[in-house]
Amino acid sequence: MSGTVRGIWVIAYRELLRFARERTRIASSLLMPIIFMIVFSEGLKRQIGALAAGVDFVKFMYPGIVAMSVSINAIFSGLSVVWDREIGFLKEVLVSPLNRSGVVLGKALGAAVIALFQSLVMLALAPFFGVPVTLEIVLKLIPIVFVLSLSLAGFGLLIGSRMRSQQSFQLLVQMVVFPLTFLAGVFFPVNNVPRWMEIVSKLNPLTYGVDAIRRIFLAGEVPRLPLGSSHPIIGVIVFGHTTTTLEDVALVGVLGAALLIGAIFSFNRQV
Amino acid sequence: MTKEAVNEQRSDPMREKDASRAGGPVIVATRLARNFGRTKAVKDVSFAVEEGEVFGFLGPNGAGKTTTISMLCTLLKPSAGQASVAGHDVVGRRAEVRRSIGLVFQDPTLDEYLTAIQNLRFHAYAYGVPRRTRDKRIRELLTLMELWDRRNSSVREYSGGMKRRLEIARGLLHHPHILFLDEPTLGLDPQTRHRIWRYVLDLRRREGLTIFLTTHYMDEAENCDRIAIIDQGEIVALDRPDVLKNSLGGDLVTLRTDNGAAALEEISNRYGLTGSVEDDTVSFSVPRAEEFLPELMRTFPLRVLAAGVSRPTLDDVFLALTGHSIRDDRADNNEKLRRFVSTPGMKAQIH
Repeated sequence: MSGTVRGIWVIAYRELLRFARERTRIASSLLMPIIFMIVFSEGLKRQIGALAAGVDFVKFMYPGIVAMSVSINAIFSGLSVVWDREIGFLKEVLVSPLNRSGVVLGKALGAAVIALFQSLVMLALAPFFGVPVTLEIVLKLIPIVFVLSLSLAGFGLLIGSRMRSQQSFQLLVQMVVFPLTFLAGVFFPVNNVPRWMEIVSKLNPLTYGVDAIRRIFLAGEVPRLPLGSSHPIIGVIVFGHTTTTLEDVALVGVLGAALLIGAIFSFNRQV
Repeated sequence: MTKEAVNEQRSDPMREKDASRAGGPVIVATRLARNFGRTKAVKDVSFAVEEGEVFGFLGPNGAGKTTTISMLCTLLKPSAGQASVAGHDVVGRRAEVRRSIGLVFQDPTLDEYLTAIQNLRFHAYAYGVPRRTRDKRIRELLTLMELWDRRNSSVREYSGGMKRRLEIARGLLHHPHILFLDEPTLGLDPQTRHRIWRYVLDLRRREGLTIFLTTHYMDEAENCDRIAIIDQGEIVALDRPDVLKNSLGGDLVTLRTDNGAAALEEISNRYGLTGSVEDDTVSFSVPRAEEFLPELMRTFPLRVLAAGVSRPTLDDVFLALTGHSIRDDRADNNEKLRRFVSTPGMKAQIH
């Protein structure tokens, strides 16, 4: 057990060290969501009116962008395994006494801390886009971002543990990430889209992560939101039941735990 | 606490647990084998390495050296046979084996985006090197490897030789009992190779390390206490380098005198040696020619015009044992490749 704990913190320490030393990675992890925000909010805000009383398109989309960029970065953390394999550093890790569960969980923890940092920077920028942020939002968001990024890191690591080259990882992940993020209700409410898209979106686990984060942001508006209607803009309606934040997070967390266990098994198979 | 005291503390429980370490073998391989599909990379290999020894695996590329080292270091599971390292089974007690060995791989395994110190700290944390000794040990090893001044540079700014030295320092950081070096000087220039060897031998003396290495350089194999010559997955000879070379009959001596036939007769009468004469030149083999020649000269009745000694190299040993030389082997492969590529069918595929 102590071996696992040491594995987690040693590996997470290195992930963070690497992140801190790569300025381009820090910049790109922050720039991408900002560019998304500027382009979509400036581009669409005059075309799309308020989605509900007090909730304009930017307020609706901002939490989605936070969830999306956290997710993408967490999934791409799996790339570090492939990278380590390519540069040979993975051998140094695999021949050390650190156990494999610790290595996988450490990578996921590193990714989660980086995702947290990224989301906090985005929260700091939110007021510039006209999205109000309170201390309460920040505090509630931290655990949710943490669970979401750990889970998606599990997904990235599972893929990364099977891949031999960075190119194939990137190709595969991009193929998965785009439909996953675009059909997760980042840009539109999933309760009010054509039937086929609604089904696909509600099967997409990321939808629940986006919803959980959006609920925190829009908590102040909730009394005014038409929750009783058939097309609420927050909450995911599944078989007539509108999910709560806790249910959203639990779903993501359970799936994430399964993915992380899968990644550990996959890692254990390589000696 | 002195270094000796720390070493003592570290190794004591080991010794009590494992009686075989009291001067006995620290690596034992018994009928070890590994297949990759139908290819038999290592076949039925057995050997034992004594504590404090520098033990070399010499053989051409693809002979099974890296496969053997990977099995001993728990990175590959043997297909058959067993091995123990520092008294621990390499399959059943992997964690214990890993803790007691240091490993320098053939290919670089450093994180080039981190500094030398950061790479070493990572290793120290991963192996649980106690905080008290960590920084002192890092400093000691970096100083020894002459890298202390560059400790805060990113490893990607290092030369090939510096990287290899840093890897050796890292492999030693956690006070391993056994250091495994897989082709430690591959691709380095002769000067750097020489320096790395100086460090390695120095370390053996200071820390009482057992060193297991693989190489395909003959001159490097000479530095080993004992070498196993490996070819096509099998050990064809295992002994001290000088014994292996003497097994060929010792050094070849050539003497040019004014009467070749008389000289050979004199030598065979006196020392019971056989040889050959060609014109005025006599050739014969004798162990330790450097001692034999002065002794011969002192009382030799004929005038010696020229004397020459050539020593058998390990390459000669390899040639005698396998019928091909380590270097020819590679030339052969290139030749085979050329022939393969230039066959008509292959050309058609390429174009």
